[in-house]
Amino acid sequence: MRIGVITFPGSLDDVDAARAVRLAGGKPVALWHGDHDLQDVDAVVLPGGFSYGDYLRAGAIAARSPLMQDVVAAATSGLPVLGICNGFQVLCEAGLLPGALTRNSHLHFRNRDQLLRVERADTAWTSDYADGQQILIPVKNGEGRYVGSDADLDRLEGEGRVVFRYVGGNPNGSSRDIAGVTSENGRVVGLMPHPEHAVEDLTGPSTDGLGFFTSVLKAVVNA
Amino acid sequence: MGEASCAGVAPALRKPCGTGCRAGLRGRREERPTGPGRRAGTLVVVSRVVVDVVLKPEISDPQGQAVLGALDRLGHDSVRSVRQGKHFVLEVDGTPDEAELKQIAETLLANPVIEDVELHLPKD
Repeated sequence: MRIGVITFPGSLDDVDAARAVRLAGGKPVALWHGDHDLQDVDAVVLPGGFSYGDYLRAGAIAARSPLMQDVVAAATSGLPVLGICNGFQVLCEAGLLPGALTRNSHLHFRNRDQLLRVERADTAWTSDYADGQQILIPVKNGEGRYVGSDADLDRLEGEGRVVFRYVGGNPNGSSRDIAGVTSENGRVVGLMPHPEHAVEDLTGPSTDGLGFFTSVLKAVVNA
Repeated sequence: MGEASCAGVAPALRKPCGTGCRAGLRGRREERPTGPGRRAGTLVVVSRVVVDVVLKPEISDPQGQAVLGALDRLGHDSVRSVRQGKHFVLEVDGTPDEAELKQIAETLLANPVIEDVELHLPKD
């Protein structure tokens, strides 16, 4: 299984994301934002970092990069896409996921291990979890406050598109404790916390993040 | 360089550089180097377009609130609220195309999910 990991100017966690793919049993494929070539990958990860230095808005300029046009087209026909942290911001800016990420309510960068509750265990990236399961993975962001109008948030909740919620404290003031959301077809998932930093006991607070990458391998086989 | 060096300045000020350009006008020229496709010696009229972006009223603005807190500590207790936004100044060749600028403002400079945008075209 070939899982693409996109590098934008200012991406930081692309190497960790590729390592997580490898540990899960997939083959990571490095993709460059300036190309128009998805290299026949079976799924794509948009990693964390500070693409374009967060200029304009976090993720805004990366969302208009050449490769993102291909990602948007492929995602609408079912390609699994995961956006982590800055990658989540890019997916919202690209219109693949609803809502927006804004400056943390307390204005501080927050870096800690965070409990999440899995609200949807039937997306392409969460099938190896159970509904209601709690996982512990790092969160680290300055602009991670998920927002939207009340009407939009009500609609999202009604459609069951909240995939993760913060448990044991909301690190950034996100509306309704939302940590991650999914597309209508459950193939595109974005979240602020970092599963790729929780794949080995030596370096992570748990190995709870590995399930994202093992889930998508099954989703690709079953597609 | 001739008259092209003075691109963008008011007609009354268009004089060949080296004889009439004042420092401020030279500085302006350096900000907008002559791009490819512009013939030397051709006057280019430049319009200034301003775009203001601010978070929608229903989206909380912790940065504005922090500014308000600072104002309060400084004794400016007559200020009731602060909303922080972005101010873009675009220099556009020729007469601005309102539809194109509206698209630029609404699809890149602002995120319509969370921000309101105001486009200010030059009055003539």
